Amino acid sequence: MGGGTLVEAKDVLGMSARSTSRFQPWGPFEERSACCEPHPLIRAEKLSLYYGNTPAFEGVSWSIYQGCLTALVGPSGSGKTSFLTCLNRLTDLIPGCRVIGELSLGDLNVFAEQTDVLQLRRQVGMIFQKPNPFPLSIRKNLELPLREYGIIDRGRTDHLIEQTLNDVGLWREVQDRLDVPALRLSGGQQQRLCIARALILSPQVLLMDEPCSALDPLSSGVVEDLIARLRGQYTVVIVTHNLAQARRIADYASLFWVHDGVGQLIEEGPVSQIFETPQHDLTAAYISGVRG
Amino acid sequence: MILLPNITLSPSRVDQLLVWILQGLAAFAGILVLLIVGFLMLEAFPAVRQIGFLSFFSDASWHPVEGFYNVMAMVWGSLLAMLGAVLLATPLGICSAVFCHFYAPTWFVEPYRKLIELLAGIPSVVYGLWGLVVLVPLIGQLHPPGPSLLAGISILTIMILPTIALMADASLAKVPSVYLRGAIALGLSRWTTIRCIIIPAATSGLSTGIILGIGRAIGETMAMLMVCGNVVQVPTNLFDPMRTLTANIALEMAYAVEDHRAALFFTGFLLLGVVIVMVLAVDYIKQRHTYA
Amino acid sequence: MHKSFGSNTDWVACLLMWGIGSVILGIFSLVVGDVVWHGLAGVSWEFLSTAPRDAGRAGGIIPILISTGLLLSICLVVAIPIGLGAAIFLAECTSEHHAFGRVVRISLDVLTAVPSIVFGLFGYAFFSHMLGMGFSLVSGGLTLACMVLPILIRATEEGFRTVPNEYRLGAAALGLSRMTTLMTLLLPAAMPGLMVGVILGTGRAMAETAALIYTSGYVDRMPESLMDSGRALSLHIFDLSMNVPGGNANAYASAVVLIGLLLVMNTLASWVAGHWLKRRMFWA
Repeated sequence: MGGGTLVEAKDVLGMSARSTSRFQPWGPFEERSACCEPHPLIRAEKLSLYYGNTPAFEGVSWSIYQGCLTALVGPSGSGKTSFLTCLNRLTDLIPGCRVIGELSLGDLNVFAEQTDVLQLRRQVGMIFQKPNPFPLSIRKNLELPLREYGIIDRGRTDHLIEQTLNDVGLWREVQDRLDVPALRLSGGQQQRLCIARALILSPQVLLMDEPCSALDPLSSGVVEDLIARLRGQYTVVIVTHNLAQARRIADYASLFWVHDGVGQLIEEGPVSQIFETPQHDLTAAYISGVRG
Repeated sequence: MILLPNITLSPSRVDQLLVWILQGLAAFAGILVLLIVGFLMLEAFPAVRQIGFLSFFSDASWHPVEGFYNVMAMVWGSLLAMLGAVLLATPLGICSAVFCHFYAPTWFVEPYRKLIELLAGIPSVVYGLWGLVVLVPLIGQLHPPGPSLLAGISILTIMILPTIALMADASLAKVPSVYLRGAIALGLSRWTTIRCIIIPAATSGLSTGIILGIGRAIGETMAMLMVCGNVVQVPTNLFDPMRTLTANIALEMAYAVEDHRAALFFTGFLLLGVVIVMVLAVDYIKQRHTYA
Repeated sequence: MHKSFGSNTDWVACLLMWGIGSVILGIFSLVVGDVVWHGLAGVSWEFLSTAPRDAGRAGGIIPILISTGLLLSICLVVAIPIGLGAAIFLAECTSEHHAFGRVVRISLDVLTAVPSIVFGLFGYAFFSHMLGMGFSLVSGGLTLACMVLPILIRATEEGFRTVPNEYRLGAAALGLSRMTTLMTLLLPAAMPGLMVGVILGTGRAMAETAALIYTSGYVDRMPESLMDSGRALSLHIFDLSMNVPGGNANAYASAVVLIGLLLVMNTLASWVAGHWLKRRMFWA
């Protein structure tokens, strides 16, 4: 993705959420912490990740602020997705994957021995590039995480399901067919269902790995609006190749780059800094489409 | 934030327990082989100690009642029957697979393959029955007595042919189609393509099939018992009756005691040893050769 | 056009292939046709529902069918839990390159290739003698369980491998426990694989003879308990043709019954593998 969409990005900066929300009857979100505040929630200290002996990224030191929407941009292979998977320790699932350095979520040391991974992942939801609803009904998809955490009262689960589906703007579309297989939904609907599935446990952090890139432009727009609306309610960390999108929705951004096949964090800061007054030559080159 | 109800066993602990149980079951399945090897060794040990390892190969004959334990006649019986069958079944099996892939009309391939699959599953007693009732009298008319090495080789060939044909079929299917397209583009004739490109590319799969066929031929008991005549002698021509190692065990186990019994377990142990060597060979071939 | 040497050999090869294909077809039609032709006449409701008389020369095979059924049931009851557990472990809890998983896989390969008479020896020494089960259905069933275990594990593992990885990642990202992931997502999707394994394993167990001679024994009476000796169908065929002069007719009839049962198993396996598997995975 080059910088060809930069002009377009200027036009719609911050506008798209508001402009389309008139047509999207979003339900009200549960009131939570105040909007984006410069209070670090996730802190990485010299974090490095290796697949076997091959490093994916090295020496990332960075803070991600609570309630903010933070975008990770950069070329393929620069370790953005690998960084994301550290945050909920999905790295445990990859054989031969080692993480060195420190990563904390609030007071919790993510990679400590005694950390309960299941509890961690409950606090940190994740959305994947390709929508991955389970091959169950829409209702079962949302019920599964609730049941897992002991909420089995039918009234309460139904209420939570309705509320969450409202939050992602899916309720109207599916309210009378909750028991059809989730795989029958369209791509965009599936992705919103996956977001709902992650939201239903009220996590603190949401990780998104290019959530719009496998969708058609129309669904992509709807999902993007939804993500923009999550800002302030959740701490969102999003990997995207779409610079215009990052500029539209994010509060903070960071640029990852590949040096000799190893990913590195080049620059991070408020979106305005990254896109308007980049401090690093590479950033300037990347966002204007000269490199990357 | 949804509060967790009190669970006495946390999900992580349940998971740990689950993995232990599953690992235990897998270990049990793996240990079974050791158990079998161990038991055969334990039962065969008295024979090796009392009779002496060498007497199995140097005694005057196999007359357990008089204390003679030469198994060589049966080893030759097993080997000759196996060799004959493999020499016949290998070219036939490979040709059958080639026929299936390159010559047979498409409507014919599926039924043909299904038939071979079915034949691979037909019990050895049924082949033995046919051999005993039809083939043996036929050979008897040609050259008395009838039950003979030839009958054994014929039945074994029919038995291992489907195994080899199916394995060859599968390995031909695995040859990357680019090889075939490349050959066609060069204008090579069908036979040249098969002989010079397809067969060499499928060698590892073909040899695996042959080794499996050898294993099955060596281990076959019932059919050999039924058609070979079971006379303990090294056959000097195709029409001599003979006895295989496996048939010997099945025949004499009923009344064998002490050293005799231990000697039979020793022959079982020999068979197992041969099979283990073959499986390791197959594993080695598979390790060494894969299409990327 | 000039006819080259190459196209000549091509033509010969073509002829040869067709020749070999038809020879193979011919041989097998001869064998199977002969057995079915001679056996089908003997198969009747009476044959299936009465006990054998005169050492099996006359009468039917009902006690033998019952014994076979009991042997298979014991075999499956023991083999399914162990096989399922081991398959889940191999497919979901260990990687291709992990030493323990590799060792277990190689031992299973060996187990697949062990000659049935060796299983017979083992069952005789271990179950019948050491554990004191004697010649009994339990002893035979357990020996069969050892034999079908690798088939069962291989097929079930294959079933788990057809489950797309996205489900595992999605479940892990939601913080679902392994237990829940397994029970709600993986197991239902892998069920057809297990079914195929069970059917194939049953087929192998049903065809087995050599492993049963010295474990479940020869007795052709109706078994009264699981500790009784009982004769399997394949063993009945062997005994009638080898040890009972004049037993050929009933041996043929029993062979037809056995082939029929195997045919049903085979069809079931390929139906489950093809039809149900596809439906489960893409039920949209």
